[in-house]
Amino acid sequence: MRLLLAIAITLALASPAAAACPTVADLEDELICPTCKTTLDQSDAPVARQIKAIVARRVEDCASKQQIKDELVADFGPSVLAAPPREGFHWLAWVLPPIGLLVAAGVISVLVWRWSRRSTAEVAADSNGPVPLDPDVERRLDRELARYDD
Amino acid sequence: MAGWLKLAAQVLALALVAGLFTLLVWKLATQDEGAAPKLGRGETPPAPAFRLDRLDQPGKLSLASYRGRPVIINFWASWCIPCKEEAPLLESVWKQYRNRGLVVLGVDINDVRSEARRFARKNGMSYPLAYDGPGETTTDYGLTGVPETFFVARNGRLVCDRLQAGVHLEANKDRFEECIQEVLAA
Repeated sequence: MRLLLAIAITLALASPAAAACPTVADLEDELICPTCKTTLDQSDAPVARQIKAIVARRVEDCASKQQIKDELVADFGPSVLAAPPREGFHWLAWVLPPIGLLVAAGVISVLVWRWSRRSTAEVAADSNGPVPLDPDVERRLDRELARYDD
Repeated sequence: MAGWLKLAAQVLALALVAGLFTLLVWKLATQDEGAAPKLGRGETPPAPAFRLDRLDQPGKLSLASYRGRPVIINFWASWCIPCKEEAPLLESVWKQYRNRGLVVLGVDINDVRSEARRFARKNGMSYPLAYDGPGETTTDYGLTGVPETFFVARNGRLVCDRLQAGVHLEANKDRFEECIQEVLAA
């Protein structure tokens, strides 16, 4: 019982630290190779290999993801990040797509509502009874039908 | 009323498309191809200015501060193998011609600062070194990779040639020497 308790306490103390340490894989798809402009996991360019080695070294030191990213941004600028940082002008990249989606959804909803309203109005118009035919057309129709009766 | 609204929406949509198209055309028309293609056509464009962190010591380094002196600008990176191979030749040129006013200026691009410093120390590069990690100068100069070497005359214009690949290579060696003489005489 005492042993189980000791294991539980050890795990509880160890897990937050372990969770704070990122892996190389965690970062490779969040960083861009500066020369080939693809994410690190898809690049084998010399500079990408260099950055991967640095990331691996910093992961070994248990540096946080943000720390590692900050260090790379200090050298390569924000373009080394696959996603733009949530600050200043870069906010636009985060805010504009959802706004665009909302506007598009709004426009589509209004159009669908209008179309459905028009259809209902047309159905209502139809339910008022048939529209009387032009007398000429009616006579012609009678003649045609009479031919089939014969 | 609804008709007017519809017309206004259509005009707005057309204006938006026309605006975006104009922006695209303007961007394509005014996009700078960089200095290298101009040099290749026999022009002598002004060397694009830059002000960068120094790699070899604290502070900034600007190209303008060398105005009036011939400058060889060598773009390099620590992960570039030919850059390592050509470094001794650039160092010897710097030592040989600096008393005639020639400056060899290394610009480290797309690189990790600490790795670049280690590279410079290891390869005995004593000439002035600037650091351009994000590679902002690459577009201005029209670089296609590293190493690349440019020659800036005393009047601040690019002259002679743009040497791609290592200056130590047989294919470049003679042209490198010719360009040194040309930039010293210009």
